[in-house]
Amino acid sequence: MKGHNFLSFVKKETLHIVRDVRTMMIVLLIPVILMILFGFAISTEVNNLDVAVVAPHRTKDIRMSVERLANNPYFSFVGYIDEKDIDHMLRSAKADAIVVFDSDYERLIQLRAEGVVTKPVMQFVFDASNTNVATAGATYLQNVMQKDHTRQSLFEMHLLYNPQMKSAYNFVPGIMGLIFILICAMMTSVSIVREKEMGTMEVLLVSPVRPIKIILAKMIPYFVISCINLATILLIAHYVLDVPMSGGVGAIVLLSIVYLLLSLALGLLVSVVSSSQVMALLISAMVMMLPMMMLSGMVFPLENLPDVLKPLPYIVPARWYIEAIRKVMIMGLPLTAVLKEMSILCLMFVALVGVSLKKFNDKLE
Amino acid sequence: MRQLIILLKKEFTQIRRNPFLPKLIIVFPIMIMLVMPWVTTMDVRNVSVAIVDEDHSQLSHRIVSDVMASDYFNLIDGVYTYNEALSLLENCEVDVILSIPYHFELDLSSENPQKLSIAANAVNATKGSLGSQYLVQTVALTLSRQLSEQGITTASDLVVIQNRYNETLDYKNLMIPALMIMLLILICGFLSAINIVIEKENGTIEQINVSPVGRFTFTLAKLIPFWIIGLFVISVAMVVAWLVYGLSPVGSLLNIYLATILFILGFSGFGVAIANKSDNIQQTMFVMFFFVIIFMLLSGLLTPISSMPDWAQKFTLILPPRYYIEIMRSVYLKGATFSELWHNFAALGIFAVVFNLLAAVSYRKQS
Repeated sequence: MKGHNFLSFVKKETLHIVRDVRTMMIVLLIPVILMILFGFAISTEVNNLDVAVVAPHRTKDIRMSVERLANNPYFSFVGYIDEKDIDHMLRSAKADAIVVFDSDYERLIQLRAEGVVTKPVMQFVFDASNTNVATAGATYLQNVMQKDHTRQSLFEMHLLYNPQMKSAYNFVPGIMGLIFILICAMMTSVSIVREKEMGTMEVLLVSPVRPIKIILAKMIPYFVISCINLATILLIAHYVLDVPMSGGVGAIVLLSIVYLLLSLALGLLVSVVSSSQVMALLISAMVMMLPMMMLSGMVFPLENLPDVLKPLPYIVPARWYIEAIRKVMIMGLPLTAVLKEMSILCLMFVALVGVSLKKFNDKLE
Repeated sequence: MRQLIILLKKEFTQIRRNPFLPKLIIVFPIMIMLVMPWVTTMDVRNVSVAIVDEDHSQLSHRIVSDVMASDYFNLIDGVYTYNEALSLLENCEVDVILSIPYHFELDLSSENPQKLSIAANAVNATKGSLGSQYLVQTVALTLSRQLSEQGITTASDLVVIQNRYNETLDYKNLMIPALMIMLLILICGFLSAINIVIEKENGTIEQINVSPVGRFTFTLAKLIPFWIIGLFVISVAMVVAWLVYGLSPVGSLLNIYLATILFILGFSGFGVAIANKSDNIQQTMFVMFFFVIIFMLLSGLLTPISSMPDWAQKFTLILPPRYYIEIMRSVYLKGATFSELWHNFAALGIFAVVFNLLAAVSYRKQS
């Protein structure tokens, strides 16, 4: 009899969700669009650097160097400018970097070759207000502009696991970690507090169903929706973004399911402690977004944190998930290599459910 | 006018009485400004390096000790073979492997020197590429010192590099303006969207509907509080940036406030338009979330727009924060003037007009 009760609860909750077709469509579509958009667009590589050139005398050597610059896919040549316009070009963002040739360029090169002088022959002025561009650009630009005058390079570079440096590889786990937790939390964060606001909570509580089952019944339909999202995201990652998934789909799915459950539980906790739907949604969407984005290692490496803040990322679930998914999905390590992350995620899930139930029961009394 | 003032009073009372909103508006920006600038750095430090030294020469020892002395690297000791290093790399214990081949020092000044090989774990593309670049720079310095001791000049001083506007290449300077914008996006976007829906859910919107209040007055009364809140938030953030990080705008504050006002105008209008079009709070929040996360990740706040593919770069033209960040960074760091940035201001102005028209048009009294 009890089982029947429970099932009809699940049915009621499912109806609630399915009836709101628009919201459901939105929830199912958002991950797809975001995944495709971010997967292709987000990248930290530096390319398309706009470079202007200051050359008092446009000699043949200089023109050849500039031509090489213009033909390089990393750079676009903006044009020759006057020395006094350097600041203006950089400030109005018309150029990211300026190459300034010495007015005595050819003679200096000659003298350097004879070993008479060691004076530099050109200057790069970077708009360092974009730090990334300035750091990486300096190396590239140096390589291109010095080609004529240096010995062959003494270095040989190998980039393992991500040979083309495709940023998608790096960002897909991050995007998954971010989207799952926020969307799941937003879905469940209204579940309990809505009943409270509408006054239907009392009705549920006088029914013979135990509180834990009420909560469980609320979670099940959301879990199903989350699993659909997981499936579409993995399909897009593999077939549209070409992410290898070399560690096995089973491991990825298992990790993700634990993470989905955890995210739903996080929303549940928010729902239990909030006094209104507005507050619940603001917490799960607005307050959590920046920490999940910044403290998860998705964009920024976490090693740079000062010691005081070092413990902070440990409590961010997305951090553990992203780390684990990177290992399994991209480096192709087996599930056994991410046992630590897996057990932390499981522990977090249990803790979140435990605290939510406790708070829920406290509120009843 | 009198209607508007009365409605505004009502709005402010509602915000003040809300148990959560006042705390959110004050505490949230301060917390974010205190914590996040420390996080948002792409500066790669603590790159773990394993050196596989097959040369065992004076030079290779010199390279090892130079790497060890650098702030950027953690030298992992006790790695003797490439395979050992590789398995450490797989476990993420090592980020970059430097292999020094046998007879490297001996062949260095010959016609055909041997190459140093650098292998980086590029799963984390930033760390992989920047880490190996740092390593190249460090080792190249060691090599050029060695060579110049032998009387061979190297070309490393062919170029002087000048980093203007941010000489120390400090990421915080770059990210603090971006964080301010994120705060505004979050607060103005979500709160202005939610404000109208609250009225719908509480059923008080019917009371407004039967009152003689026009839809422009009503929408305006909903928007003005968030303009004030937005200006308050940005001012708090700027004070924190100045007190804690010593960062103050090189250019004029006037430009910053003008851009902020235009942005807030547009964005709160956008929030209201979404709220008007949605059926309930959850839907509003999901749609707003969708746009907010796109604005945050694709407007060049975190990653440079210039590194996106072409179609994505064109797409960013319809994202208002793209213009706002351009203004903020230029004024804050480069001291750019209005005439250098006017097209960004114009874009923000257009967005403000369009979004607010949308907001006003989408509000219908009949439900």
